[in-house]
Order: sequence, then structure tokens, then C-alpha cells
Amino acid sequence: MTPIASIEQLAESYDLVIVGAGPAGLSAAARAAELGLSVLLADENPAPGGQIYRAVTTTPVRNRAILGDDYWRGADIVGRFERSQATYAPRCTVWSIGPDETAPGTFELGLSLDGKARIISARQVILATGAQERPFPIPGWTLPGVMTAGAAQIALKSAGAIPSGRTVIAGCGPLLYLLAGQLAAAGCQIAAVLDTTQKGNWSKALGAIPDFLRSPYFAKGLKLMLAARRKLRFVAGVTSLTATGGGKLATVQFEQNGRTGTIACDTLLLHQGVIPSVNFSNAAGCAHDFDAEQHAWVPRVDAWFASTVPGIAIAGDGAGIGGAESAALRGEIAAFGAASRLGKLNEAERDRQAGPVRAELEKKLRGRRFLDLLYKPAPQFLAPPKDETIVCRCEEVTAGQIRDAAKRLGVTGPNQMKAFLRCGMGPCQGRLCGPTVVELIAETRGATPAETGYYRLRPPIKPVTLAELAALPQTEASVTAVVR
Amino acid sequence: MTRDRRNADVIVIGGGIHGCSTALHCAMRGLSVILIEKDHAGRHASGVNAGGVRQLARHVAEIPLSNASMALWHDIAELVDDDCGFTSDGQVLVAEDEADLEGCRARVADLTLRGFHHEEMIDARELRAIVPAVSETCPGGVISRRDGAAIPLRATQAFKRKAESLGATIREGVRVTKVEKDGSNWRVTTDAGAFLAPRIVNAAGAWADRIASDLGEPVPLEVIAPMLMITAPLPAFIKPVVILRGRKLSFKQFDNGTVLIGGGHLGTPLRDENVTLLDWRKLAISAGTVWDLFPIMRGAPVVRAWAGIEARMPDDLPVFGKSARHEGAYHQFGFSAHGFQLGPGAGAVMAEIIATGRSNVPIDGLDIARFTTTH
Ligand SMILES: Cc1cc2nc3c(=O)[nH]c(=O)nc-3n(C[C@H](O)[C@H](O)[C@H](O)COP(=O)(O)OP(=O)(O)OC[C@H]3O[C@@H](n4cnc5c(N)ncnc54)[C@H](O)[C@@H]3O)c2cc1C
Ligand SMILES: Cc1cc2nc3c(=O)[nH]c(=O)nc-3n(C[C@H](O)[C@H](O)[C@H](O)COP(=O)(O)OP(=O)(O)OC[C@H]3O[C@@H](n4cnc5c(N)ncnc54)[C@H](O)[C@@H]3O)c2cc1C
Repeated sequence: MTPIASIEQLAESYDLVIVGAGPAGLSAAARAAELGLSVLLADENPAPGGQIYRAVTTTPVRNRAILGDDYWRGADIVGRFERSQATYAPRCTVWSIGPDETAPGTFELGLSLDGKARIISARQVILATGAQERPFPIPGWTLPGVMTAGAAQIALKSAGAIPSGRTVIAGCGPLLYLLAGQLAAAGCQIAAVLDTTQKGNWSKALGAIPDFLRSPYFAKGLKLMLAARRKLRFVAGVTSLTATGGGKLATVQFEQNGRTGTIACDTLLLHQGVIPSVNFSNAAGCAHDFDAEQHAWVPRVDAWFASTVPGIAIAGDGAGIGGAESAALRGEIAAFGAASRLGKLNEAERDRQAGPVRAELEKKLRGRRFLDLLYKPAPQFLAPPKDETIVCRCEEVTAGQIRDAAKRLGVTGPNQMKAFLRCGMGPCQGRLCGPTVVELIAETRGATPAETGYYRLRPPIKPVTLAELAALPQTEASVTAVVR
Repeated sequence: MTRDRRNADVIVIGGGIHGCSTALHCAMRGLSVILIEKDHAGRHASGVNAGGVRQLARHVAEIPLSNASMALWHDIAELVDDDCGFTSDGQVLVAEDEADLEGCRARVADLTLRGFHHEEMIDARELRAIVPAVSETCPGGVISRRDGAAIPLRATQAFKRKAESLGATIREGVRVTKVEKDGSNWRVTTDAGAFLAPRIVNAAGAWADRIASDLGEPVPLEVIAPMLMITAPLPAFIKPVVILRGRKLSFKQFDNGTVLIGGGHLGTPLRDENVTLLDWRKLAISAGTVWDLFPIMRGAPVVRAWAGIEARMPDDLPVFGKSARHEGAYHQFGFSAHGFQLGPGAGAVMAEIIATGRSNVPIDGLDIARFTTTH
């Protein structure tokens, strides 16, 4: 692996550019380089690992029991990548992708590193940009002291930091229990875990139990949940949450079986599962479908994780939530696909080599459906019932404003909503409000999220400064094109 | 009942600001209207433009239409029950050097002779007072004080809603595939069946050449994709919209601090796919111009860039008025990247021509005949 320290060191073009150095991107890069492709792996973080293996080579957390065996497995994945011939650009954000009109069939990518931008080209692209936490809008979630569970985990992994004072963790999903366990092990004072898993989901998930019992999730999940229940104050069946406080978080109020409770705390960590992070694939023009079981927009991909835009593949959790181990395998398969499209591998050879990886992937994905059904968020946490709840944090738009515009002004989709309320127009480009805005419009108009659609996202996919743009090196061709 | 209407006095093809405005003004005159839009109202140029409501620096042929529009913009809530986000802080054209300034003087003198007084010269001192952030080297410019800006999609949809509330039938998601004569009517064939009316308006934006061809009036319409970019919020530093005379740049800071940067650099339109491709190297040129003129902007993060699909005519002027070949057919397209401001007034004038056969607002030089009679 050759690391890149400044943007000038990048080549003009690569066979394959991979965005994201989580398990999917690392495995795709290693495999593609092993197959003889020239590969660039670009990632915005200072060290490889993505979300799950964040900072695995640099973390100050030395006690292995805190982050657990699953975390440390990341060192092997990073190790294989480091032994490969791939080029690695850390601290490098990729902010645009589009066809290179001067060379049909190839792409132009905009990248920034250390305040400098470049445009380079690629024959194939794999987006391995991963997942994001599903937005969890409750009254008071914008108060200082309230944050996402994922943000707390990032601080723990990369800086060894834990929330100070009394901490409440609320929501649902396997990561909620994992994080509760990690934080408790790291010495965080956890006042309660408020579980919002809907009781009714158990019966819906029953049919998927046999697969789940045979899946790797089972033993792991059971252990996590039992540990959380045994060691911590655990409140199940929570149906409503409100954070209150003057200027900063003071208490969290909840309802359970029609009873209400109040817990004084300094930190509230919210989490209700992860969804594919679609900003990049959406801006790249890839088609997406609404997956009813994962209750999220998912890019449409084929058996090689190729998207509907020829030349762009999407691997890992960005192509549908499957977990870290499946992300690595999907990265490998996407690399086989890209290599064969580049003519480095014939189809028979591709199929033969990918066979065992596919079999492994199938095993890893077994049991996923059970988790999706069990941890499907309750409707009141997808579309906040209280009008005053803030939905778009960038522009401070409330649930009530969105319902009103959908009803009174006949706004039928999130793109139109932007023009009326500016929701989704802030720097986060709708990452934090998109799913909720869709949910609220759908609810008000009696439509499904699939019919309501999603934001059309625009580049830059990550903000780039005017100075970076202004200093973008001009090619001969583009200068003459403008003077014309 | 009106939803399933198949016959009307007027069929408007296209639900941009122009189609919606014409539909509204026809409805206000008591005509029955069906508006047909293949996507949703404002999906294209009318919903994604820079929102500039500008009389400044317009070609003299469109100044009368522009004037008629400006009167309506200043009372827009009266007309459509929505303020459309319209604000009026003027627009300023900045001269970067003495040669630029000389050009400005000649232009303002010419307008005065023609009886138009909306453009005024300003000197370096006044320029700095109005636009404090502008670079010290600029010697002056021109101001049009009643100009401003509005929110494009919101404005277009307000026209649509008001037209609908006055009885117009709006069919979104319906594509016109053919236009032909059927006795004294026009038969407008769509993917949702046929519609009939004695009068049709071709307000199909970047697709209008196809309707014009059906009418036997081919036009040299070029499909273009002007690009824009917007920054994260910055401290307030500029009120009016600023445009440059020499280089391609337009510049507007909104109340929330974000700055919209435009100016005519073009991406690539794919009109049959409703898609535009950005050209970052050209956006970089706009960024470079801003870097030169507004040092305060240098560290600003650009959070979004986009382009819209627009129709441009070879002379940069719209095609507006009666068909040169047929009774009962009207054209309203080709606004060449400056048609948003014209929307309210052009709709009023078009409805007047449809209803009465003529209008007091001169539209000489905008006729489709300027392209068709040469063949
Ligand atoms: C906050 C959070 C915490 C999680 N923690 C765990 C956990 O502890 N255990 C677990 O099993 N699962 C966890 N998950 C789920 C998890 O993300 C995965 O299953 C796994 O990390 C997916 O791997 P991936 O390779 O698909 O993506 P990721 O690991 O998410 O890697 C994607 C990488 O792409 C980078 N990136 C994205 N966009 C750009 C861009 N435009 N330019 C440059 N770089 C970019 C990201 O910064 C990231 O490094 C977590 C998810 C989230 C959202
Ligand atoms: C990026 C950008 C910035 C701009 N900035 C400004 C500005 O600051 N100020 C200004 O005054 N102007 C500006 N303009 C120009 C302005 O937006 C346009 O001139 C104006 O919106 C044109 O309106 P329209 O109704 O003619 O076209 P459109 O808005 O394109 O509407 C035409 C409609 O017709 C529909 N249609 C086409 N064919 C069919 C069919 N066969 N069947 C059914 N429907 C059909 C289309 O779907 C479309 O919605 C800008 C344009 C762009 C792209």
C-alpha cells in the first residue's frame, strides 16, 4: 500500500477509485490490487477502518475487552490492505462524480486533501461509503447534551473519550446494546437503557427466527442483549421520549405502558438503527428503491453490486445494511465485478473465484431479516407526532410546518418541500432530515414513502471551499472550452 | 369534474412560470384552461433558477414585457396569495474598470433616449456604499433600484395553485406527444389521452422546439444547462444582487446568509433524461472571479451546485406571440436564461392577446416569424 500525503501525488487516472475505507472499501481495494488493477482508495478519515473499525490502528483504547473482539478483527482487514499494491489517500474527501465527457465511459472525480482540490479520472468506481444512523427526531433532541449513539462511539474509538455524568441510552437496534456495553465497560455512568422496540414486532419477526437461530448474529446478539439487561437499568416497551432542559439537557421523560417516567441525566444518546448513506449514490444518479423491510432507500444493484450507472458499483452497508462482515465480502465481490468489466478477469474465472465469497456472504446475511423486522422503528419515532418537534436541524423546520405545507400547499414530495421550507438545503444536504421529511409527507398525504420519493441530491457531496475550487488546476481543454 | 375535463377554451403546454402565469391570467379573464405538464409544475428552469427578478441590463426588445412584469412582482401577493419570497433590494452591475464604466454610460444614455429610466449610473463611492465588500478597484456601475429576487419553485407553484383555484385544470405527470389540427380545434395528444381546444399555448421551455415542429414552425432552439452554486451561511455583507459587466458572474446573498453564485457558465443538459451534468472546471472559473472581487468569500464552503435545463435562442431573445402559420396557436418560450422575471407579465400579456387579439405592451422583435420566414 502506498499512502498519499498531498494531493499532487495522485495520478491523473486509475483503473479503479474506491470511496470509503471501511471493511467494504478495504477489502475491495486489496482484492482489486491483487487482481492487478491500479487502485486508489480515498477516505476522509485520518486512518483506515470506517465506522466499525474506526481508528483500529491508532486508537488510544488499549484494553481490548472494551471494544470487543469484533472490533479488533478489523486489524486483519487493514493488514491485508496494507500488504497490497493499492494507493491510499487518507484525509481525502471525494466531493463529486460525473462522466468524463472528454473520454466516454470514464468518470471524473473531485477530491480534496489538506485544503487543495483536484479532479482525477477513473475507469471504474466503487462507492463504499457505508451507513449512517437513522434520524431520531424527538422533542428536545437539539438540546446540548443530546447526541447520537454513533457520535459517542466515534469519540470512544478515536479519542478514548466517554460522556461525562449520568448517561441515558434510548432507542432500538443491535448497535444500541453494543454501545451500551462498550460504554459501560469503558466506565461510563449509564443511568438507564430505554428500549423502544415495538412489542408487536416480535410476532412479525417470528417467521424469520429459524434463519436467525442459525446465523452468526444470534449468539452475539443474545450475549449483548443479556449483558445490557443484566448489568444496566433496562426499560423495555418505551413508546414516547422527550428531552427537556433550559439551555441544556436536564431530564429525559418517557412513556411505558401508559405510565410516564422521568430520569435526570447529563447526556442522552439516541439511536434507532442504521440506514444506507445514499448521498453519494443519489448524487451520482444511481437508481434507488424503497426497501420496506429495512424501511430505507437502497440503491438498486445487481449480483456484482453494480448500480444502474454503468461503471459505478456500491459495496458494503451503502448498498443495504448487512453488517461489517458482509460488507467486507460484498467489497470483494464488487472488486471481482470491476476487474471483469475492465477485462482483467474473464467471466468464468470471475465466477469461480467469487463463488466461495458468495457462499460465505449468504451465511453472513442469514438472520438479517429477523433483525430488520424486529428493530423496525415505531411509526411515532419515524414521523414525530408533536408538531413542535424539529425535523431539519440546519434550517430549524418543525414537523408541524411540514405537515402544514403538505396539506395546505399540496406539496407532494421532498424536493418541492425544499422551496417552501428550505429543509434539506443546509450543509448536511438532508442527511439528518430526509427520511423524516419523506415520512411526514407520506403520512399527511396517505401515500407510501416509495411514492413520495427522496431528495435529488446535488454535488458537492461534501462541502468544498470556494478557495479550493478557485485553485482547481485548469486543463488546456477546459480553458479553451470556456473562451469559446 | 374539472379533473377529467378534456375540452377547454385554452390548452397550455408546459407548467413552468410562463405556462402557469398564462393559465392564471386566462382564468382571470374567464377562459376555461387546461395546463399540461409532463413532470410537476416548476420541475425545470422555473423551479431551479437563481430567482433574479431583474430589469437591469435587459435587451431593449424585452424591456416592455419586463416592465409589465415588474409592476406585478411588486404586488405579487395580491396576484397569487403568496409573497413568493420576493424581496427588492435592487440589482447592481459592477464595472471592473474604466472601459467597462464607459460601456455602462453609453447604455444608460441610450435607454434614456428610448424613454426608459430604470437604470441609473452610480460612482465608485455609491458603489462602495451599496456593496461594501466589492474590491477597491471597481470605478462604479449601474443600479436598477426596483429589482430583487424571489424563490423560484415557490413562485411557480403559487401561480399554479392560484390558477387552479380560479378553475383551471392542471394535469401534472402528463406528456404532450403530438399537436394537430382537428376541425376548428387543436387536438393535443398525450400519454393520458387527447385534449381539445380552439387555442393552444406552447410554453414547453427547452422542449418547445418539438411542439413548434408539430406546428410546422421549426426553430433553432439550443438546449443549455446554466449552472449555479450556493455557499454555507456567511455574515451578512451584501444586500442587492450583483452582476458583472465584463466577466460571467451574478451574486446574491439571502437573508439566511447563504450566497448564490451564478453567471452563465454552462454544464451539459440531457433533456430526454431530465438530467444535467456539471462542469466543475467552469464552476472553478466562477469561484475564481468571486475570489478576485470578494475577498471575504474566500474560505466559504460551497454546499451545493446544480444546473437547470433551459431553452436558448440564437439572439438570446424569447419567442413570444402568435404563431406565424396558424390561427389559435401561440408561442411563449426560449427565454435564454433570463425568463423568470418575465413570467408574471408575459402571462398577462399572452392572456390579453388570446382574449382580445392584441396588447398594448409592445412585443416587436420577439415574433417566431424571425426564424421561420427565412426558410
Ligand atoms: C455511527 C455508526 C457506528 C457503527 N458502529 C458499528 C459497530 O461498532 N459495530 C458494527 O458491527 N457495526 C457498526 N456500524 C454499522 C457499520 O457501519 C457497518 O456494518 C460497517 O462499518 C459497514 O462497513 P462499510 O465498509 O460498508 O462502511 P463504513 O465502515 O461506514 O465505511 C465508510 C467510510 O467511507 C467514508 N466516506 C463516506 N463518504 C466519503 C466521501 N465522500 N469521501 C471520503 N470518504 C467518505 C466514511 O468516513 C467511512 O470511513 C456502525 C454504523 C454507524 C453509522
Ligand atoms: C440555473 C438557471 C438560472 C437562471 N437564473 C435566472 C434569473 O436569475 N432570473 C431570470 O429571470 N431567469 C433566470 N433563468 C431563466 C429562467 O429560469 C427561465 O427562462 C424560465 O424559468 C423559463 O420558464 P418556462 O416556463 O419557459 O420554462 P420551464 O420552466 O422549463 O417550463 C417548461 C415546462 O414545460 C414542460 N414540458 C415540456 N415539454 C412538454 C410536453 N411535451 N408535455 C408536457 N409538458 C412539457 C417541462 O416539463 C417544463 O416544466 C435561469 C435559468 C437557469 C437554468
